[in-house]
Amino acid sequence: MTRAQQRRVERAAPWLLAAAILVVWEVVCRGFAISEFIFPAPSAIARALVEFAGPIAGHAWKTFWTTMAGFAIGVAVGLLLGFLVGSSRMIYGALYPLLVGFNSIPKAAFVPVLVVWFGIGTIPAILTAFLICFFPIVVNVATGLATLEPELEDVLRSLGATRRDVLFKVGLPRSLPYFFASLKVAITLAFVGTVVSETVASNDGIGYLMMSAGSSMRMPLVFAGLAVIGAMAMAMYGLFAVVERRTTGWAHRGQTS
Amino acid sequence: MTQVTVGAAQALGAARAAAGRGRVEFRDVYLAYEGHDDFAVEAITLDIRPGEFVAIVGPSGCGKSTFMKLASGLKGATRGEVVVDGKRVGGPLKIVGMAFQAPTLLPWRTALDNVLLPLEIVEPYRSTFKRDRAQFADRARALLAAVGLAGYEDKFPWQLSGGMQQRASICRALVHQPEMLLLDEPFGALDAFTREELWCVLRDLWQQQRFTVILVTHDLREAVFLADTVYVMSRRPGRILAQREVELARPRELDVTYTDAFTGIVHDLRERIGAIRRA
Repeated sequence: MTRAQQRRVERAAPWLLAAAILVVWEVVCRGFAISEFIFPAPSAIARALVEFAGPIAGHAWKTFWTTMAGFAIGVAVGLLLGFLVGSSRMIYGALYPLLVGFNSIPKAAFVPVLVVWFGIGTIPAILTAFLICFFPIVVNVATGLATLEPELEDVLRSLGATRRDVLFKVGLPRSLPYFFASLKVAITLAFVGTVVSETVASNDGIGYLMMSAGSSMRMPLVFAGLAVIGAMAMAMYGLFAVVERRTTGWAHRGQTS
Repeated sequence: MTQVTVGAAQALGAARAAAGRGRVEFRDVYLAYEGHDDFAVEAITLDIRPGEFVAIVGPSGCGKSTFMKLASGLKGATRGEVVVDGKRVGGPLKIVGMAFQAPTLLPWRTALDNVLLPLEIVEPYRSTFKRDRAQFADRARALLAAVGLAGYEDKFPWQLSGGMQQRASICRALVHQPEMLLLDEPFGALDAFTREELWCVLRDLWQQQRFTVILVTHDLREAVFLADTVYVMSRRPGRILAQREVELARPRELDVTYTDAFTGIVHDLRERIGAIRRA
C-alpha cells in the first residue's frame, strides 16, 4: 500500500467503523426482532429524526445556545482561576484542594439546588454546563503556567524581568496549547451538563425532549435526541481542534510534518 | 556588515578592558538552601578579573550550579558576600547573560525573536525597543551570523538541530552585551564534534568582546581549552579545592588539545578530582 493510500484509509477509518457498527446494530435488531420500544434499530431512529425534524431542531438549538452560554462563562472563569492558581504558589495551595473537592461533586446532584435558587428552565442548565466544564480549563491553564522551566525563569529574572514580564512573554504563550486542549474537553462536558439539567428541570431542550419521549415509550425519538447531542458535541470538538492547530501549531509539529 | 560588527565588538572589548568592568569577588561565601541545615557551598573565596575566562569543574552535584546562582545574584549568600565591580550583590544582576545545558528557547518565537527577548526586558533597551527594533534586529542578526547561524534567523527552534539551538541560546545570552557570561554545562548535551565547534565559537566571541566568563562544566578538556583559570570544586558541600592557571598561549587552536602541555594540565586536574571521588 502506498503512503497516499494508507493516509486515505486512515482518514476514512472512523467513518467505516461507524458504518460497520450501524450495520451490525441494524442486523441484530432485525435478526432478533427486538421491539422498537426496547432498542430501536438505526433505521427507526433515522425515521424518527426525519419525522420530528422540526421539534428536534428547535430543542437542539435551545440546547446548543444554553451550552454555549455555560461554556462561555466556564472559559472566562476557568481562565481567571487558572491564571490565579498557576501564577501564585499560595493561591495554588489555598484554592486547588477546594477546586478538586468541588469537582468531585456529581453535578447532577447539584441541579435540584440550582432549581430551588433559580427555578426551572434555562438558568440552571447554563449554570450546570458552566460548573461541569470550567475545571479542566483551570487545571490546564494552571499547569501551563506552573511548568515553566526553572532555567528559563533564571534567564528572565537575571535580566530584571518582573513577574508581569514573565507572565506575558512566556507564561501565557506557553499555556495556550494547554488552554486549547482543555477547550475540546470542556465543550463536550458542557453539553453533558446542559442535557443533565434539561432532563431534570426544564421544559425544552434535547434533554427535556428525551425525557418526555422516554416517558411515552417513544424510544426511536430518545435515540434520535442522543444522536443529535453526539453530533453537536463532535462538531464543536472538531471546531476547537482546528482552532487549536491554527493558533498553536508550534506545539503540535510532530503530527503535521 | 559583519566587518563593521566585528569592529564594533572589538571596540566594545577595548572599552571594557579600559573600564575594568566585570570583576567578581567571592569573600568567604556560604549558601544553605531553605529547609536544609547543611551548606550547598561553603567557604568560597576567589577573585575573578574583568574579562577573565574561568571554568569551574567538579563531580556532579558539587554545587557548581549553586555557584552560578550566587554569581548572578539570583541567590543571596547565607554568609559572606559576593562583590561585583566593587558593589555587594543584593539581587539579580542585570549585567549578566546566562545559558544552560538545555537551550530553553521559546518554541513560538523564531531564532531571531528568541535572541531579541532580553532586549525586550532589560533596560536601557527595553524603553526604546519598539523604536529601535530594526537596529536591534541587525545586532541580533550579526550575532547569529557570528555563531554560524546566518540564514536561520527565521527558523523556529524545533527546525534547528541541538547544536544550532545552543548557538542561538548563547546569542540570547550575549545580545544585551553583558559584562558577565554565566554558562552552566552549555555543551553537555551535544556530540563531540559539535561541542568542539562551539568551543571555538565561544572562544572567538570572548576574544572579541572580552566579557567575564564563568563556565561550569565537568568536561576537563573543555575547561582547559577555554579557560584562563580552572577551579576544582569538592563534593557537596562544595568547596574550592584547587586553582589552576592555564598558561597556554592565546589564541588557542583545537590542535593545542593534542599537545603534551595540554594533556599534562588535564591529567593534573583529573588526578585532583579522582582524589575527591576516592575520599
